[in-house]
Amino acid sequence: MSGKEAVLEVSNLTTEFHTPDGVVYAVNGVDLSLRPGEFLAVVGESGSGKSVTMMSMLRLIPMPPGKIIDGQVDFEDQDLLRLDVEDLRSVRGGKIGFIFQDPMTSLNPVLTIGKQITESLELHTDLSDAEMKKRAEELLSLVGIPDAKQRLKNYPHELSGGMRQRVMIAIALACSPKVIIADEPTTALDVTIQAQIIEIVRDLREKLNTAVIWITHDLAVVAGLADRVVVMYGGRVVEQALVGDLYSRPQHPYTRGLLNSLPRLDQKGHELSAIEGQPPSLRSAPTGCSFAPRCQYAHDRCWTEIPPLAEIAFEHRSACWWDIDNERPRHD
Amino acid sequence: MTDVIDSVDAAPAAEREVLVRVEGLKKHFPIMKGVFRRQVGAVRAVDGVTFDIYKGETLGLVGESGSGKSTTGRVILQIEPVTEGSVRFQERELTEVKGNDLRSMRPRMQMIFQNPHASLNPRMTVASIIGEPLKEHSDLDADGRHARVEELLTIVGLDPSHANRYPHEFSGGQRQRIGVARAIALNPEFIVADEPIAALDVSIQAQVVNLMEQLQDELGLTYLFISHDLSMVRHIADRVAVMYLGHVVELADCDELYENPQHPYTKALNSAVPVPDPVVEANRKRVILEGDIPSPSNPPPGCVFSTRCPVVEDRCRVEVPEWRQTTAGHWVACHVVATKTQ
Repeated sequence: MSGKEAVLEVSNLTTEFHTPDGVVYAVNGVDLSLRPGEFLAVVGESGSGKSVTMMSMLRLIPMPPGKIIDGQVDFEDQDLLRLDVEDLRSVRGGKIGFIFQDPMTSLNPVLTIGKQITESLELHTDLSDAEMKKRAEELLSLVGIPDAKQRLKNYPHELSGGMRQRVMIAIALACSPKVIIADEPTTALDVTIQAQIIEIVRDLREKLNTAVIWITHDLAVVAGLADRVVVMYGGRVVEQALVGDLYSRPQHPYTRGLLNSLPRLDQKGHELSAIEGQPPSLRSAPTGCSFAPRCQYAHDRCWTEIPPLAEIAFEHRSACWWDIDNERPRHD
Repeated sequence: MTDVIDSVDAAPAAEREVLVRVEGLKKHFPIMKGVFRRQVGAVRAVDGVTFDIYKGETLGLVGESGSGKSTTGRVILQIEPVTEGSVRFQERELTEVKGNDLRSMRPRMQMIFQNPHASLNPRMTVASIIGEPLKEHSDLDADGRHARVEELLTIVGLDPSHANRYPHEFSGGQRQRIGVARAIALNPEFIVADEPIAALDVSIQAQVVNLMEQLQDELGLTYLFISHDLSMVRHIADRVAVMYLGHVVELADCDELYENPQHPYTKALNSAVPVPDPVVEANRKRVILEGDIPSPSNPPPGCVFSTRCPVVEDRCRVEVPEWRQTTAGHWVACHVVATKTQ
């Protein structure tokens, strides 16, 4: 894919869930690459496969019923999907940090904040107790928590939602990871608290140069943060582009539809054009484009052939058989 | 905060017919403790709000979690009894209507709930869910009800032949359409929609909002649209009220509120909402509020926003700001704004 210098490269990742009610085709051949220091936004609605993709990369999905059928995840000359469990542990939380959506359920309620930050330092570094404590304090101040020393003794329930999410960020940053994967990190927060977290993330990006994958359903949240955006639908990547191009020249009908269906705070009363129909069922393997049933440009080929994620302009890829700008079918 | 209400009539907007008039509305939930369940305090969820809802308009009610916006909606519809204050629906004082009288008014005011997964009984078919209000409040016989249910399903864009299916057979967006069909079944005048799109996917939200707008045009409905999504409220509302910690801090026409916000909280809230446009985002100035919303069981004295306000003055911490009109139809409760405009 694009660039040999990627820190993390996912190819043809395919994950299924084998449930008593049948197979759920959650991720159907996803390719992604993350460059050093880059902020990559992965946007999709529920069931688009965005979270399962990220969890599969670090083999964090429950197996069974989950099953990674195919693919490769290259990170530091290793394939994370084939690494033995011990080595994988040193990657999880060490070289790759995670931030989850709901800080209330992902922090341990019976351990102090300090303990939870030093836990990953204990596991992944050989700092002394005093050094670890100092590092934990540093991390809390870094994410904008005042009285860091006092706060280390607090339990999660003594903190507000926004503060807890800061602690999550501090934990993810503890071992100076190369990559941070954040799964809907601001979705559970109120908008003024979300603005605080976004400000911190912006600030940290300048200071730390860590590569970030930010998973979200909200095209607005990442507009001011991301370098590149990947749009997922039905377990596949349907479009990826530099942030400016994606919002100003969306090429996939789904991306375009999504942007047209969004109300904007800075614009009054424009018509919302909803995408008609429902998100795809993942109960059968895709045989054509998953968006075809909702797409105004769908033609014969869309139902029978899965469109590849093809480069259509500089740094711009779209998986669609229709050339939306020239209003004609695309020939590969 | 309620003493300026008489000047409402002086406003030019008052020529319009008021459908619902809320005055000094309070809802406190008692906090009980100990063996004898003694009341030791109260959660002041709604603490004195005053506004009118005009016939045929959509009043947006926005605020963050814990601001009291949902409770306000529930208390207006008398789903919860009020603690203090008045709610007039046309000329009737709803807080004094009880029992069968209140029941007989129910068809005129309905509610759409947030979570279509929780607000539809999983053991009832769609026909019985939508037909239930008809059974309770109309004289239709079984055939008449069946015909009405099919008509309602068509109105909300569902297939009438699916009337005998169960809620789990529908997607989230379709379930919310069922909730809408139930709410309009009795031809109400007024609908409180409590976060009707919050549980839906982005591409489905616009479908439901467009449906609500279309129904408003066709049926002449009046909405109280409760939401934390300021962008969607800008799209759907005619006027917007902003709530913070049990108080309405600002109320204005929709464009006025977004383009010329007066209250420091509204300004911060507006600036915190991201816009799906990287060019706009790159040039935006944000007002970042410090800290969190205080607990409604122990609100700060004076102005409720004083603990986080970037332009706070000494008196804000002591004196409750007056609810006053700065320009026609634009209401603000803020000492600092008051000084500037005098």
